Amino acid sequence: MNSRAEILSRIKENQPELTSLPAELTAPLQYADPVAMFSTVLGNIGGTTVPVSSYEEIQDHIKTHFADQKRIVSTLPELSQVTEAGWEGQDPHSYEDIDIAVIRAHFGVAENAALWVTEELMQQRVIPFICQQLAVVVQRKDIYSNMHEAYGQVADSVYGFGTFIAGPSKTADIEQSLVLGAHGPKNMTVFIMDLN
Amino acid sequence: MHVGLFIPCYIDQFYPNAAIATLKLLQKLGVKVSYPIHQTCCGQPMANSGFEHLTTGCNDLFIKNFAEFDYIVSPSGSCVLHVKEHLHSQEEEEKAVNVRKKVYELTEFLTDVLKVDKLSARFPHKVGVHQSCHGQRGLKMSQMTELVAAPFSKPMQLLQMVQDLELVELSRPDECCGFGGTFCVAEEAISVKMGKDRVADHVNHGAQYITAADMSCLMHMEGILRRQNSQVKVLHIAEILNAEEV
Amino acid sequence: MNTGTKDHAGLADIFNEDEARVDWHDETLWFVRAKRDKAAHTLPEWEALRENASKIKDNVLSNLHDYLLQFEAKAQQNGITVHWAADAEEHNQIVHSILKAQGVSRIVKSKSMLTEECHLNEHLQKSGIEVIDTDLGERIVQLAEEPPSHIVLPCIHKKKEEIGELFHEHLGTPKGESDPQFLTAAARVHLREKFLTRKAAITGVNFAIAETGEFVVCTNEGNADMGAHLADVHIACMGIEKIIPKRKHLSVFLRLLARSATGQPITTYSSHFNKPRAGQEMHLILVDNGRTRQLGRADFRNSLKCIRCGACMNTCPVYRRSGGHSYHTAIAGPIGSILAPNLDMKEYADLPFASTLCGSCTNVCPVKINIHEQLYKWRQVIVKEGYADTKKALAMKAMDFTLSSPFLYKTAGKAGRWVIKNAPFMVNNKLNAWYKQRDMPEPPKQSFSEWYKKNNNE
Repeated sequence: MNSRAEILSRIKENQPELTSLPAELTAPLQYADPVAMFSTVLGNIGGTTVPVSSYEEIQDHIKTHFADQKRIVSTLPELSQVTEAGWEGQDPHSYEDIDIAVIRAHFGVAENAALWVTEELMQQRVIPFICQQLAVVVQRKDIYSNMHEAYGQVADSVYGFGTFIAGPSKTADIEQSLVLGAHGPKNMTVFIMDLN
Repeated sequence: MHVGLFIPCYIDQFYPNAAIATLKLLQKLGVKVSYPIHQTCCGQPMANSGFEHLTTGCNDLFIKNFAEFDYIVSPSGSCVLHVKEHLHSQEEEEKAVNVRKKVYELTEFLTDVLKVDKLSARFPHKVGVHQSCHGQRGLKMSQMTELVAAPFSKPMQLLQMVQDLELVELSRPDECCGFGGTFCVAEEAISVKMGKDRVADHVNHGAQYITAADMSCLMHMEGILRRQNSQVKVLHIAEILNAEEV
Repeated sequence: MNTGTKDHAGLADIFNEDEARVDWHDETLWFVRAKRDKAAHTLPEWEALRENASKIKDNVLSNLHDYLLQFEAKAQQNGITVHWAADAEEHNQIVHSILKAQGVSRIVKSKSMLTEECHLNEHLQKSGIEVIDTDLGERIVQLAEEPPSHIVLPCIHKKKEEIGELFHEHLGTPKGESDPQFLTAAARVHLREKFLTRKAAITGVNFAIAETGEFVVCTNEGNADMGAHLADVHIACMGIEKIIPKRKHLSVFLRLLARSATGQPITTYSSHFNKPRAGQEMHLILVDNGRTRQLGRADFRNSLKCIRCGACMNTCPVYRRSGGHSYHTAIAGPIGSILAPNLDMKEYADLPFASTLCGSCTNVCPVKINIHEQLYKWRQVIVKEGYADTKKALAMKAMDFTLSSPFLYKTAGKAGRWVIKNAPFMVNNKLNAWYKQRDMPEPPKQSFSEWYKKNNNE
């Protein structure tokens, strides 16, 4: 018998009588103002929220705040004025020198400031991790209170890779001292866009 | 109501005052109390060391001594928890079940069965309460800091009825003292360190007395306090609830 | 317990030689416990969440067979190659053979307690494959040639000055530099070079979804993603108990995991791997290594519900004062002490006794494993299987004999206070271990029984 068959047969023999799945949690915490909560939590975990109402505002922000950065890439065509052209589709290692990447998120979650991003919004999977700084654009109406609502949005969508990103990369491995910028981005800006 | 007084072996032999106070307090509250003279030990030290299978003698004796009472009350949360969780009998399991149901730690008996709402006691001192783990987490005598749930404490509720007693707050209100039965010698270094840290929390917050509903924790902390030549004393909660200092 | 040279008590003695360091270790971990409490209290539904998670995991254990088959089929459809390993040895061989087929001799690895349990690094290194651990804490202990002392905070036992010294020696940082910010920046540069040059990456798995065939890896540093998204080959290693039924169940577990572990609302990255990226090979290894045996032990099977948050370690008053290495197993602390005896009962016979049974571990556990009750039950099993120290066994028999006989008890008591010689705190194989640092209780003039007989003639 190969290991697969052996393991499966031992499980069959040893697993207890079937118990049912629990009912879904009733009334998980809702925030009166999810966007405000999102901003507070993001601030607590080392990120910054910038409210905007147009892509011009984002471009202006990039021009003023990131003027000294050499390599700025984006998956948003609306930001083409301030970002590199023709960067897509290269070997992932070649993105090692990206200073700032600006991507879009499907939605955000207020309770933990996490943003849901799937592969097609990244261009390449490594982009949100390898850049020195990350900026994410999310629509104000797409901020949900909690993770239950979040997975309600993800539902049975199909993706090759998807990730929740909450703030900049961090570590507290040395004596519990929090340091931002472990292997991934050293900081994170979230543009919360209200198109109205 | 006829209560059988269950006095753990080490209280019988080392801390008779805790047992006397328990008896007098119950009598003061109008309860008829008897002490079955042939009792020994509940068997916990053996069971916690992995020898539960050797406790049948202790169990049978316990049932013989206590089966007839309406309630069994003891000034030790730990021993009560052991009886509640592990007392069995090969011949008389029905009696064992009955004993497990009616055994109470003293303070929970006072708050839950007698529903005591006032005490005629005075103890004009600063007191730190040690929440003994088996009583707190096992018998749920106090809310536990790990849980997101409303706070309560049966021992503290009673201590608040004692005139002129001042409770001190602790940095870690429900950390274990490190006694742990045979753990106290099998893991001597950790046990002592835990005890020193627990005692320090009380001392640093100005406690003159450390009290608990479990004498075993207090015995461990007393051993440390005395080695440190500290003026701080330990006192079983029954002795405070029965105190009549003027 | 006599389990050879490395028992918990002996190792804890060594750790306690430096009391200031014990205080520092205790305070550092208590700080993490306090952060966990604060995070838990932000959610009024915390206890309901724990209950929900526990029930989901109960269902998983009761239907593991079918969930694994469902997961495997979906994962294969998604383009993931699925392997099955009966034990640590087979797991290590599978990893090795994948690397060999690719001609890879240098790899990066993000945190995976399973690979620690299987001693994968040693195995690969013996075969001439270089493994670089990329989690900062793991890299630090790797440079120090030590195992991790904590499943979430691998180098929590190390002071920054010691880490500075290690980095000076291995990474060429200035001597005496111990600032965490500076050292982390140095590690970032050092490890970025590894990410960019290694062709294969190993990651662990936090959750695998039966319904979709995807698996989720949670990190704060981003090291799992940096490794996986740059490598040609991604190998993910998981214990078979990491399965959860549906994608939506992640909402429950991701709310609990980081809050329980470090007090964060979620880890920085919760990455869902569904398919390999174009041109990449993705392998997943399902490992048993004793888990099916534990599944068959009714009293202990729910230890398999563990999501490896480490909360039980942070809250454990014994762990905080003895350090992770005193448990001499890959997974330290209370949860390790109920998992390890399943792997080797003789080797780990001491661990279930390294506890006061205070119960705090059970209360912080996000999936409600009754850890302290299992510690008690393991003690019974270990004694019955004959792994208890014999002197203790004899003393215990004598104790039952005396305690079950009122006559002997009272006689012995009178003849020099029976309890003084035989009470729990005196019965043991270490000479007067109570008295070393504690005074004995002062024997009173009379016992309570004697007093009662005089004063209460009923």
